[in-house]
Amino acid sequence: MQDIFSIFQYSFFTNALIAGLLTSILAGIAGTYIVSRKIVFISGGITHASFGGIGLAYFLGLNPFLGAAVFAILSAVGIEWTTNKANIREDSAIAILWSLGMAIGIIFVFLTPGYAPNLMSFLFGNILTVSTTDILYMLVLCIIVCICIVVFYRPILYTAFDAEYAKTTHLNTTLIKYITAIFVALTIVFSIRIAGIILVLSLFTIPQATASIFTHDFKKMIFLSIGIGFIGISTGLIGSYYFNLPSGAIIIFTLILIWALIKAGEKIRNLINADNP
Amino acid sequence: MNSLITLSNINAGYMANKPVIKNIHLDVKANDFIGIIGPNGGGKSTLLKVILGLIAPYSGSILYKGTSDHTNINIGYLPQINANDKSFPIKVIDVVLSGLMGSKGFFGRYTKEEKTEALRLLQFVKLDQHANNAIGKLSGGQMQRVYLCRAIINNPEVLILDEPNNFVDKHFEAELYELLQELNKRMAILLVSHDIGTISSFIKTIACVNEELHYHNSNKISSEILQTYSCPIELISHGKVPHRVLHNH
Ligand SMILES: Nc1ncnc2c1ncn2[C@@H]1O[C@H](COP(=O)(O)OP(=O)(O)O)[C@@H](O)[C@H]1O
Ligand SMILES: [Mg+2]
Repeated sequence: MQDIFSIFQYSFFTNALIAGLLTSILAGIAGTYIVSRKIVFISGGITHASFGGIGLAYFLGLNPFLGAAVFAILSAVGIEWTTNKANIREDSAIAILWSLGMAIGIIFVFLTPGYAPNLMSFLFGNILTVSTTDILYMLVLCIIVCICIVVFYRPILYTAFDAEYAKTTHLNTTLIKYITAIFVALTIVFSIRIAGIILVLSLFTIPQATASIFTHDFKKMIFLSIGIGFIGISTGLIGSYYFNLPSGAIIIFTLILIWALIKAGEKIRNLINADNP
Repeated sequence: MNSLITLSNINAGYMANKPVIKNIHLDVKANDFIGIIGPNGGGKSTLLKVILGLIAPYSGSILYKGTSDHTNINIGYLPQINANDKSFPIKVIDVVLSGLMGSKGFFGRYTKEEKTEALRLLQFVKLDQHANNAIGKLSGGQMQRVYLCRAIINNPEVLILDEPNNFVDKHFEAELYELLQELNKRMAILLVSHDIGTISSFIKTIACVNEELHYHNSNKISSEILQTYSCPIELISHGKVPHRVLHNH
């Protein structure tokens, strides 16, 4: 292998690495929230619904990520609203939202005259084509999310842990739930750029699965997930560059490999410990 | 004496036109100790949630110290738990501290004294060595003890406990009741339990919830009373003879 640092002379690679770092931070925070609240399936619904926005934006000649953001926020808020109202079988509603978003997206993409957009990059992402503008947007979102989680750490944590109880202490849990739903939606949309609609949720869940081997504390889980996510993304980036394979897939593969190795290590350690009490 | 919480003519439930509880009248005054009994699915938990402002009633009114604003009163709540639904990554001590959240507001930070108080409560329920463990690592009974600490850390005016003795062992149960009697000097207590045999010895009034609420202004309960109130509860299923209950106070 040639000198690894030579790839940094390409600005696209530096951009990709910065985008990877920002995504790790966003996914580390939002993912820990998603996994802890057990709303991975809901997040999947939001992710896929956003494809409807991408298709519509294409059709109207707008920025596809603007469309995705609008659709994602609307579906996140909508899901939060229906779960507050209850009486609706949540998982079926989400499955409908999930496929409806994809269907709308595909219909509009086909209706759009002229060239067919690069669907693959939306479905699987491409971190290597991230622009400086993209990074700027991510940076702004990242700063806002970090400030929110630091300042409102306990209200967010307690609402996620036991919203009903938190409400009895007069905390405005409804407000907290809606705002976090919007941030989760935005975070997902910004990460679609990196890993694509199909793979993005693994950025939000696999580092957390790995982190949960080491800790059961919300804050530590965020930090560990960010670290693991960044290791996975940067390793995946370098791998995809050298082997000329799609970045999203290699990143996810790396993250799962890390998880599997650590999990295996834990099992072996447990076995050894069991032998020598 | 002034009422802390007053429910008048409350109808509430989860689906339109299908009330789970009907025509409820209840008055909670300072230093009350009300034991709430009733069959499973009778609406005990629903009643508590209405009182806590978690479920909006279809009709009727709830007053908190004379106003309809439920933030007007400080209520401690121990919810009914199902043993195995908490794998949330949160430390035990943070769960206890969450009981103070409401008085802190969005920007709240905890002081050292408050953390010490949380630890003291955990020590009382013999879980201080678990303070920094994840809540999910605890057993159902231990979890309930943590939730008890969470419910009382803010020194509430009314303490609402939904089957606090479901998972705790007999030994701790005795200590729990002792603690409740001590707390009752400072706060009103509403206690849901299916074990009237035990609670009738120290509650002051008993209320039976079976869709409607029947109030019995004494802690003695007999099978006749239960029958007139159509309250088919564990007097029978626990094999407890009413006589024993009658003598037990
Ligand atoms: N979240 C809910 N949604 C719909 N129905 C519910 C819900 N919770 C309870 N119920 C129904 O309300 C009735 C009363 O329940 P509950 O108040 O939990 O009774 P109890 O606490 O006395 O056992 C039951 O028939 C139950 O099925
Ligand atoms: Mg109940």
